[in-house]
Amino acid sequence: MTRPIALVDCNNFYASCERVFQPTLRGKPVVVLSNNDGCVIARSNEAKELGIEMGAPWHLNREKFSGAGVIVKSSNYTLYGDMSARVMKTLLSFSPVLEIYSIDEAFLGLEGFEDRLEDHARTLRATVLQWTGIPVSVGIAPTKTLAKVANRLAKKDSASCGVRVLMAAADQERALAQLELSDLWGVARRLSGRLKAQGVVTPLALRNADPQQIRQTLGVVGERLVRELRGESCIEIEEIAPNRKSLIASRSFGRPVETLIEMQEAVATYASRAAEKMRRQNLATANLIVFVETNPFRTQDRQYRASQSAQLPIATADTGRLVAAALGALVAIWREGYRYKKAGVMLLDLAPANALQGSLFAAPDSPASQARMRALDVINRRYGRGALIIGAAGVKSAWRLRREHVSKSYTTSWSELLTV
Amino acid sequence: MSLSSQQRPFSVCAAGRNGVFIPLAASTVAAGFPSPADDYLDRPLDFNELLVENPAATFAVRVAGESMTGAGLYPGDIAVVNRARNPVSGNVVLALIDGDFTIKRYRRRGVHIRLAAENPKFSDIVISEGVTFEVWGVVTHSIRML
Repeated sequence: MTRPIALVDCNNFYASCERVFQPTLRGKPVVVLSNNDGCVIARSNEAKELGIEMGAPWHLNREKFSGAGVIVKSSNYTLYGDMSARVMKTLLSFSPVLEIYSIDEAFLGLEGFEDRLEDHARTLRATVLQWTGIPVSVGIAPTKTLAKVANRLAKKDSASCGVRVLMAAADQERALAQLELSDLWGVARRLSGRLKAQGVVTPLALRNADPQQIRQTLGVVGERLVRELRGESCIEIEEIAPNRKSLIASRSFGRPVETLIEMQEAVATYASRAAEKMRRQNLATANLIVFVETNPFRTQDRQYRASQSAQLPIATADTGRLVAAALGALVAIWREGYRYKKAGVMLLDLAPANALQGSLFAAPDSPASQARMRALDVINRRYGRGALIIGAAGVKSAWRLRREHVSKSYTTSWSELLTV
Repeated sequence: MSLSSQQRPFSVCAAGRNGVFIPLAASTVAAGFPSPADDYLDRPLDFNELLVENPAATFAVRVAGESMTGAGLYPGDIAVVNRARNPVSGNVVLALIDGDFTIKRYRRRGVHIRLAAENPKFSDIVISEGVTFEVWGVVTHSIRML
């Protein structure tokens, strides 16, 4: 018996999040810009209909957008992250088998619901919409690859009302007939080129190809794709997110950074932010990497990029220790005379903070340090990020991200609640 | 909640389901004799239990107007809003009227919907045809700083 897999995908997720708290944006073209207000990374259906492309640079389209009544939003990942967690939590009440695939997509195992898949999916859709305000589409099929196909149809075809079930072979074939190879999950341009070179030009032809033969030319990935298209599940649902091994805090600057003092502020800020993220998961680290880079798209500028790792004698979650280590690493790679576009801090080899062993020469974070960090995190949660910072992070920060059209953090900051 | 003898000396806390810290044990093990109080340890009061019925569907909004003072909602209060509840007549709701948010008492008789203010200085809103109206969520609590 094949087990049904659902792919639940939020419709125009970032634009939908904005609309939950700003209902006047409904029915209007909304675009969300990338970090630093660079280019379009999300569009409402109305914006898509206006022909606005993904990746369209904001500074080139400013007048065109405002002429067409397009509402522009800076990305607000604090809001999107919280809304995503709410959607995922809601999905858990529909199946315990959940794989969070991205901020706005999840695979759900629906074993046991075979006789009422469509009803279950419609209830799920209505519940997510009611609880969170986010519209989703649901595609159901025996494999992840076909669930992706089903989801695509659920979204594109208005008659399906957001739900499409492709459990029967005939339905799967009809669905695949409407698609191009490059529409398939995991088929990039290069793979589709190689398939076409072999005479496999459509998804349907790929489904009917001999898996052994495909394996000889395209390897195990190709074979798996054929089997998945046939309804044989090869890619399992990964329920337990692997314990995070690393995390990163990195941003592009609002304007080029050219002085060491500004770069030190930026690196200290990112190290602080990474440390906070790490503490939230009760982790600690002794290894970090600092990196800096210029803007490769400004070919008129001299280019430089470098990274430097730093080791601490013992894993820590203390912002002060991590910032000091990060600033030490920065000194090793800093070069004067460049226009830096981006920097970041990566924390590696994360380990549970409460399982640390002291050594002869180094002690784990003292209770006093832990209490200090807890106070820091509590204050920043209560009064908003950046309420309390360590001195090295600087207070003027002209390098900070440009976010001119950002909405409030309605769900994560007491000082930014919706006011009614 | 019993205490395992493998309890590490550092770990007196563990993250609960929602990342809330819940003490696992009041004391650590010394030479294998647990504290007699450990068996009696309850979780501390968690205000989330009181205020948040459904975390995925619960939102907080800041009250600005005075139209609901009779219901205990004053300017500056935080209203707890549950989107999972279906509104029934008599609930205080966060509603949307033609795209604008308002908090009022939801009164429904058949197809007739009225949003009642709870302050004599404000008048009720009768939902007439041609008005786009929806209940965004049901207001379940009000939190006030004294």
